Amino acid sequence: MSDTSVERQSMEVDIACVGFGPAMGGFLTHLSRGLKAAEASGPIQSPTMPGAPPTVICYEKAEDLALGVSGVETEAKAIKSSFPDFDPASVPMTTWIKKEKTVYLMDPWGASRRPLLVRLADPILRLLGKKHSFTLPVNPPFLHKKGGIITALGQFNQWVAGQLMAEGAVQIWPSMAVEDLLLEKDAVTGVRLADQGVDKEGKPAEGFMPGMDIKAKLTVVGDGPIGSIGRKLNEKLGMPEGRHLWEWAVGMKFVVSLPDDCPLEEGTVIHTIGFPEPEIFGFFYVMPNKMASMGIFVPSWMQTPVRTSYRYLQYWMQHPYLWQYVKGGKVSSFGAKSLLESGIEGEPHLVGDGFARIGEGSGTTNILTNSGVDEAWASGRLLADAVLELLKSGQPFTRENLDKTYVASRRRSAIEKGTRKARHSRDGFRRGFLPGMVGMALAGFTGGLLYVPSREKAPHDMLIDLERYYRDRIPAAELRAMEAECLQKGGTLWEKILPRLGWPEVVFDGALLISHQDALLLGGKVQAVHGYRDHVLFDDPAACEACRTKSCVEICSGQAIARVEGRPVPAFDREKCVHCGACIWGCARGGRGDLAIDSNIAFLGVPGGLHSAEN
Amino acid sequence: MSIDHTYHLVICGSVVPDPLQSLEPVVTQGKPGLKNELMLPMVLDPFVNHSLNEAAKLREATKDTQVHLVAVGPKAKLQQLMMVLAQKTAFNLVAVDAPAGGFIDSHTVAAALAEAIKAIPGLDLQKTLVFGGWSSASRASGTTLQLVGEKLGITEQFFGVDRLTPAADGGFTVLERVEAGQHLETQVAGAPAVIGWATGELPELPNNPKIGMMNMAKIMPAIGKAKAVDLASAGFSVVDTALPAEKRQTRVVKDMPAAAVAAEIKEWIASGKAG
Repeated sequence: MSDTSVERQSMEVDIACVGFGPAMGGFLTHLSRGLKAAEASGPIQSPTMPGAPPTVICYEKAEDLALGVSGVETEAKAIKSSFPDFDPASVPMTTWIKKEKTVYLMDPWGASRRPLLVRLADPILRLLGKKHSFTLPVNPPFLHKKGGIITALGQFNQWVAGQLMAEGAVQIWPSMAVEDLLLEKDAVTGVRLADQGVDKEGKPAEGFMPGMDIKAKLTVVGDGPIGSIGRKLNEKLGMPEGRHLWEWAVGMKFVVSLPDDCPLEEGTVIHTIGFPEPEIFGFFYVMPNKMASMGIFVPSWMQTPVRTSYRYLQYWMQHPYLWQYVKGGKVSSFGAKSLLESGIEGEPHLVGDGFARIGEGSGTTNILTNSGVDEAWASGRLLADAVLELLKSGQPFTRENLDKTYVASRRRSAIEKGTRKARHSRDGFRRGFLPGMVGMALAGFTGGLLYVPSREKAPHDMLIDLERYYRDRIPAAELRAMEAECLQKGGTLWEKILPRLGWPEVVFDGALLISHQDALLLGGKVQAVHGYRDHVLFDDPAACEACRTKSCVEICSGQAIARVEGRPVPAFDREKCVHCGACIWGCARGGRGDLAIDSNIAFLGVPGGLHSAEN
Repeated sequence: MSIDHTYHLVICGSVVPDPLQSLEPVVTQGKPGLKNELMLPMVLDPFVNHSLNEAAKLREATKDTQVHLVAVGPKAKLQQLMMVLAQKTAFNLVAVDAPAGGFIDSHTVAAALAEAIKAIPGLDLQKTLVFGGWSSASRASGTTLQLVGEKLGITEQFFGVDRLTPAADGGFTVLERVEAGQHLETQVAGAPAVIGWATGELPELPNNPKIGMMNMAKIMPAIGKAKAVDLASAGFSVVDTALPAEKRQTRVVKDMPAAAVAAEIKEWIASGKAG
């Protein structure tokens, strides 16, 4: 997207890294240690400046290194092996897991769209004396994170970055977005940083500074599932045969200060199923100092185009089972992110001449155990070992060498074993909630041998028409009238449809129930750095015009994409965008045909994201 | 324009919890602080941020002018902050390792800053311009910079400055905010002086990776050497802490005549609700 005719400064480094998350944390931690350790026995030399130590630079688009907005529950095997004396007390909002349980939430309002069998379950449970919920007698073993930790990813990332910077072998630069790859034929030769001092369309304005070209022997891509550089690589190389990026979820959470009389013990983990819609799973992690991270996952296999994560999060929080614990507390922070739930099915080309990929965007997430952070960290460590081996032996970062080292160790690793077992565990969800649960149990208890098969579908193919989805609840004519009103006057469909289905009004109390816009400001701020271009673009206006439901508007985690009165193409307000990327895979139209994520929305590499106190 | 004159620029800038966060004062073990203070993102005091832009511009316009940033804050937070600031412009960091919650007597902070400034190797106070914020987001009284100047013996002090124009003879012109949206222009014979910046007129400096890399080679050792300073002062105590009472009530009314708006405001003031 950057102007190729502009004269740019350039700089040569040995290793350029894109994105700072857990995978990059693992990579840089072990690379830094390896470089330091080699100092005694004969320092590792820079391939670009022989005689000097290698230059390793990581660029992160967020204004600080706490962009991660996940409450995390992880076994932390790889993290603990990197830090054998790991003390959770050294990282804010972190503690050992003490208790885990899975709770089925009954529908207190009768508004949820439950399949028949699930609908029958509620009255049966009530007959058995259950009022609002049913705790599964056994937590499925494949969901256990025994010996693991609860943490806030942002706090963990900051902790890791602090140690790395103190060691001084690598540099991490926040607020510096990578806009593009530098390519020579099929080789990646570095990255281009984003232009600064441009207007919203990217045209030079006051203080224009063309993004610098960073030439690197190796580019490490760890920019997450919706990172612009990872997606550019997918566009250029395509996905390996049979691989796809079609399973997604948006995870949205609140950090809550629990009331003093909340009986839940620090280290408690609660998974919820069944409510607010059967497709939506929930989590509740009790952190130190009476804080909790609580939220939901809204998956791409939820067939309705009306996927409002924020309003569903508020309904979920008000469920009597959860409300009893949070009533009297206060929301102190909010966040959202996209999760790539394709697992190993979504593994792209891991290496090529001059590049290697790590972390969630490289298909490390274990979709059976719901575990991604530790696997991401482990992938970074594996790459660090490979890079050190190649540096020590003076071999270049070619596809062949990276294949022999990094890819080979990935194939032998616990990540690979876990993700292979998990490969088809969620396939059943494409058929619906119950087949999905059965499939997951089968895969979990048989080590992935048995599962419920289903045909793979792109996210926009999972969406069905409003009339079909709500056929037994709302007449088609009424739905069409709602759509027409939205097109004319703006607004969202969920505001009209959910109350019509019986969902209660959310009465704001300024503490636990607050408006979406207040949530963006409470305990944080959305970074929309001046002098950069807008990062969300609607590729083909005609596709937007033809789109009735505007699922990008409905799913937007910050109300940054909105219908505008009488305009077919939605408007984008970057001051509200939390960079979750749900609009990319949540686009109802598709657009580019043959790409890994078929979307009409382009999401560019520009600094930003949610800057939150407790994330 | 390039002027054949050298200034020694010292920016006083503390790390503060990002004022856009919800900051909740609490008293822990008898000491005032902010709830979850260690978790809060920290920024360079926004009232100081502009000083950096102005210092970069003045250095470009003059000869051999060096910029020193004297920053107070916890070491770990300073380190995080420097990762962003280091990309803006070249400077020498003088780090003072001390709490940054904002419940500290400004005399004590000023003393620590003045001591750190005096200890800068090669600094000539007679050529020095001390830059800082007109006010502060640290819940300080807004007097720290003035006190720093006094402790350094600098009596020429300007606050609410929007522009500084250097002259060829080492003098400069200062455009200072005064009441009713007006500016006061003052011709100054030369350094030393204290300049408390308002918002100024310059755009934000872009991030430059090359400057960042050059800066960090000096900044990390400076943070490593940061002197821990106990900012507790005898006779100073915080009696109480509380969030400011909410004053704003927003109401959107369309097509209301100006006279009706004025009448309503008059009634509101008369009712005493304006506080």
